[in-house]
Amino acid sequence: MKMLSELGRYFILMQRVFSRPEKWKMYYRQIIREIDSLGINSIGIVIIISIFMGAVVTLQTRYNLENPLIPLYLIGLTARDTMLLEFSSTIVGLILAGKVGSNIASEIGHMRITEQIDALEVMGINSACYLILPKVIAAVIFNPLLTLLSMFVGVFGGWLASVTTGALSSADYIYGIQYWFVPFYVSYSLIKTVVFAIIITTVPAYYGYHVKGGALEVGHSSTKGVVASSVLILLFNVILTQLLLA
Amino acid sequence: MISVKNISKSFSGEKVLHNISVEFEPGKTNLIIGKSGSGKTVLLKSIIGLHEVDEGSIIYKDIDLVTMPQKQRSVLRKEMGMLFQGSALFDSLTVEENIRFPLDMFTSMSDKEKLDRVNFCLNRVNLNKVNHLFPAELSGGMQKRVAIARAIVLNPKYLFCDEPNSGLDPKTALVIDKLICDITEEYHITTIVNTHDMNSVMEIGEKVIFIHQGHKCWEGSNDEILKSDHKELNDFIFASSFAKKMKSSIDQASS
Ligand SMILES: Nc1ncnc2c1ncn2[C@@H]1O[C@H](COP(=O)(O)OP(=O)(O)O)[C@@H](O)[C@H]1O
Ligand SMILES: [Mg+2]
Repeated sequence: MKMLSELGRYFILMQRVFSRPEKWKMYYRQIIREIDSLGINSIGIVIIISIFMGAVVTLQTRYNLENPLIPLYLIGLTARDTMLLEFSSTIVGLILAGKVGSNIASEIGHMRITEQIDALEVMGINSACYLILPKVIAAVIFNPLLTLLSMFVGVFGGWLASVTTGALSSADYIYGIQYWFVPFYVSYSLIKTVVFAIIITTVPAYYGYHVKGGALEVGHSSTKGVVASSVLILLFNVILTQLLLA
Repeated sequence: MISVKNISKSFSGEKVLHNISVEFEPGKTNLIIGKSGSGKTVLLKSIIGLHEVDEGSIIYKDIDLVTMPQKQRSVLRKEMGMLFQGSALFDSLTVEENIRFPLDMFTSMSDKEKLDRVNFCLNRVNLNKVNHLFPAELSGGMQKRVAIARAIVLNPKYLFCDEPNSGLDPKTALVIDKLICDITEEYHITTIVNTHDMNSVMEIGEKVIFIHQGHKCWEGSNDEILKSDHKELNDFIFASSFAKKMKSSIDQASS
């Protein structure tokens, strides 16, 4: 029952978020700001985790492949497909839910308790739209680029691990990552990323927007926002996989 | 002119405002006074439409805010300025950007015109050389002034102030009160100020409404307050023993 009413409130908020901006020029400025603070600022963490994940997937696959009949280049293929199918969209999505989600919930929650949201409303501005829409647009534009970046860097991390540990040769790995390449995996991953981008921005924003109380409640809202968006990402991962790959 | 007629407001079953009616005149600083938690903020936010009232009407000139469609409200809001209790400046923007914000949003002025208007308003609240500071870098009193400048930048017809001098020392508080009063007269604004500060009541209270536990209990001027024998009002105004002594000497002198 409580979940249903929360869902209802979420969709009422979304109706206000996805409405016509008062002045596109101001929103454009906000979108640029958000791309900088939510997107550009996340490049570092995406590169670091992708390199390590690519490397560890490659090494684990190598240690599990005892059978001499299986060609080693399949390790490259496994690393590539892991990055393409799951890692660069879902895991990066989860990490961004933590980083970007807590940032959004606490920023909007702080604006709520310090009456900055009321100030926007008194001016006759749709505060939900002004504060949240630019974040959603920024993430929907920029997160697919982060996913593509993560794919490249992850596959590169696998190569780096292969040659530095001697797990397999550079030639095997490079042959493997080109072998039986399914371009749709990239589209699949990008479609998921766009859905996750909407979740990562709107769900924490919902929790921040409805904060009542003080700094402590802002903290709670940020935790709730991260947990709820992570669970939703995992749920939609299953749904989208069934819809797109089955 | 704002006429509030029989408004009530409750939150999840608990009634916070009971059947309040009052008129606010233009060019005057109208005070709403009352203890902390008596419902001043809820009343002010209801008048603006930040809270939806359960019943009653709030008439601006001759249109009712309560039944007004959202679009028309947005238009009316452009004629309102509000000073929030904690100033509510946008903390990611500089002072200049804060004051310019309504101009950016709602006017098609050139950058030069906007800057002139911003500087004019800053000047009016006696601030200068703070254009490029962030709100966090200002003192409480300066933040209040910037918030006033932002509230008047679009030449509002209505100005709402929620405890404008909370958190300020008595002297700065008086300066802010005086500023609000002067601006109100100068631009013939309908101003409503929430306060529990007795100094403000005595200094600027030409029209005072007293709210007690969500009821409007009393209405009059600051001179009349001193002579009033309304029990709750007296308890509120003459809360300290010093004030009680003052009251009894006034009563003696007049009898
Ligand atoms: N958004 C809200 N939800 C529920 N109760 C509220 C809300 N805002 C205020 N109240 C309650 O209304 C009463 C009056 O509060 P308020 O108007 O803030 O008092 P004050 O006179 O100090 O400004 C208080 O009991 C407060 O708990
Ligand atoms: Mg209050």
